[in-house]
Amino acid sequence: MAYSLLEGNEAIARGAVAAGCRFFAGYPITPATTIYHNMLNLLPPLGGICLQGEDEIASIGFCLGASMAGMKVMTATSGPGISLYSENLSFAIGSEIPIVIVDVQRLGPSTGSATRGADGDINFLRWGNSGGLPVIVLAPVDVQDCFSLTLQAFNLAEEFRCPVFLASNKEIGMTRESIDLQKVDTPGIVERSAAPPNQPLLPFGVDPGQQVPNFLPIGNKVLVRQTSSTHGADGYITTDSAAIARNQERLKNKLQSAIDRFSFHEHYSIEHTDTLLIAYGVSARAAKAVFKAQKRRGKPISLLVLKTLWPVPENVIQQAARDTRRIVVVEMNLGQYLREIKRILPLKQVDFCGQMDGRLITPGRITEAVDHE
Amino acid sequence: MNSLLNAARPPVLCPGCTHERITHSLDQAFQNMGLAGHQIVIVSDIGCSGLFDTFFHTHAMHGLHGRALTYAAGLKMARPELNVVVTMGDGGQGIGGAHLLAACRRNLDLTLLILNNFNFGMTGGQFSATTPPEARLGSGFLSALERPLDICKVARCAGAPYVRRCSGFQKNLAEHIQDAIEYEGFALLDIWGICPGRYTKKNRLTPKMIDDALAKLPPIDGVVSENVRPEYGQHYRQLAAAQKKVSAPAVIESQFTAPQTDRQEVILLGSAGQRVITAGELLCIAGLTAGMQTTQKNEYNITVLRGPSISELILSPQEINYTGIETPNVVVALDQEGVDRRRGLFERMAKKTLIIQISGVSVPTSKARIHCVDLKALGVKRPDWALASLAVLAKLKQIITPQMLEAALKIRFKSNALDSSLNLVKKVTTDKAA
Repeated sequence: MAYSLLEGNEAIARGAVAAGCRFFAGYPITPATTIYHNMLNLLPPLGGICLQGEDEIASIGFCLGASMAGMKVMTATSGPGISLYSENLSFAIGSEIPIVIVDVQRLGPSTGSATRGADGDINFLRWGNSGGLPVIVLAPVDVQDCFSLTLQAFNLAEEFRCPVFLASNKEIGMTRESIDLQKVDTPGIVERSAAPPNQPLLPFGVDPGQQVPNFLPIGNKVLVRQTSSTHGADGYITTDSAAIARNQERLKNKLQSAIDRFSFHEHYSIEHTDTLLIAYGVSARAAKAVFKAQKRRGKPISLLVLKTLWPVPENVIQQAARDTRRIVVVEMNLGQYLREIKRILPLKQVDFCGQMDGRLITPGRITEAVDHE
Repeated sequence: MNSLLNAARPPVLCPGCTHERITHSLDQAFQNMGLAGHQIVIVSDIGCSGLFDTFFHTHAMHGLHGRALTYAAGLKMARPELNVVVTMGDGGQGIGGAHLLAACRRNLDLTLLILNNFNFGMTGGQFSATTPPEARLGSGFLSALERPLDICKVARCAGAPYVRRCSGFQKNLAEHIQDAIEYEGFALLDIWGICPGRYTKKNRLTPKMIDDALAKLPPIDGVVSENVRPEYGQHYRQLAAAQKKVSAPAVIESQFTAPQTDRQEVILLGSAGQRVITAGELLCIAGLTAGMQTTQKNEYNITVLRGPSISELILSPQEINYTGIETPNVVVALDQEGVDRRRGLFERMAKKTLIIQISGVSVPTSKARIHCVDLKALGVKRPDWALASLAVLAKLKQIITPQMLEAALKIRFKSNALDSSLNLVKKVTTDKAA
């Protein structure tokens, strides 16, 4: 047995480097700052680039420029920084610029509490862009997820050319934990699909059946256009409403049609249980403790830990809930993902166990919610 | 060299717009430099200056208002060989003010062309950061209230090594643009022009008036000698190359048996400056040397060197789920601030709990056993109390052994810090009173 001791933020930084990330830009903010510190230690000796922007807007702007030059890029912040990222998130979504964005959530609203945990940005990450097109949000539970989901996040960003969020939490990012690095599941590394290098490029052109345009970096021989304006396949402004509609549909479908391929989750299913607990992020740890305790008490429940939150992994949720009468949703907010569960499972009884005061939800509170309808 | 203008997409500017002259001057500069389209990226801002990327056969990136310099910085760092030209209006200069100041301070090799026509043209002629107060514009009396910004002066103060103020009607504009592109560092051209679509509807402005106005200002014409310094990208690469590679996380082999082999929970209740978090980390590492899994959940205020500092530590032979602690095996009372923050904990405490109480810290009544230690009497300074408390635990064979702690110190510290911490631990573990 040989463990290392890592905090979640360091695991994310190391996961990023393992994924091939060589460009990071960030602005200091608790509880995300140690990702920046780690990247500053890790990247320069590898020939990589780590920058501190004059603000969060600049930080994500640097990343988008470097991503268009072909680099794998990441930035990290907390809720107040996500607010400032918003306009560039919309740019990255609409103009298909791969980027991994870490949100080490802290208690909001607004500047809130810098050193208290929360999962209050879950809907903000999904809906905080103009246009409302989908994004990918992955939620780590522990330090091991911080490493492996970061690799997945890069793979998804590269494959689908979109922003991918890691919805971490102060209670994961700044918590140290033993990890057996030998045992961490790591996926193969995915790169952007490249266009042929010697012919003119339609930067947003897709072949029939293709959902994601091929990429060439700005700076090679073939000229590349990138624009935040509503564009046609050639990257120039278009007013062709049919082409516009086709493109918007494609931006939506490229993620939603593929969700079953990246619905990361853990399902602890016990037959004939009445109740299914659904949790994500750090709260899933307390939920798992409750799952084990209920089994010991002879009152077993089932547990679904979601690690992909957006697009909503509807099939996974429906499948897991199929044979249970009742669902209890646990989250460190006043009920955000709850809406999705209720939407997907309109015929089930859906109860809520939430808390938004900077403290972890205890196994005791969850047990109470499970025991008392 | 051939023109890089995009014949299929000629400029779509209002008749008489200075931007058209600037377009041709920029093309002329590219030709004079013998550049091919793929050696250039035009990063355009928002507004009429935001159309420039479409006029040329070059690489192009067009994004949000005021942010062009940020994309340009990412591109230039990733592709140092590219000629990065940013086109921005006086509007972008205003909304992107922080980025402009930072670009001046940073001195990355970008060329910024500010197409300054004294108003927001595209949105209907509202006042911008350069609008003269007497101008009559779409934003009514509001334009009379704010003072125009002299971006050249600002850029010079902010550290730009190359700043030039000029007219879009100047015959040698292409030369100025070429000079700016060829300058190895951040180069800013403030190019004054006329917006016939909006500004000159109600305000008189002619090329001659621009010349006269420029003539009245002290000339700012290129290299700012006091700001000349190494270009950011080159400097970055030079310093980065000297950084030492970070090693992989230490892998800690199991070599001891912990005094208690079942799950153990410890809370350190201290305050900032007592190195509580470091002590917590050491306890975790010590646990790893006995093959235990560990978690360390910390709580402290955002202030530095003030306020409570609390570390919750779990060591367990099994997977640890919930990282909080409700019924600890050991509580170390290091400082009143930490104890007061967690008063509720003492009410719930069971008999199994051991409190290590440092003299001078008062703890609420509870069912727990108390072990008192006078660290002051031992000559231990306050910043070392948290570490000393680990030595007390080791001495009592609670959670860790002296061997586990010593191994942890050797993993965590080097040279002087290691020696002094080993000495401290030795002092505590061999002292009869502790």
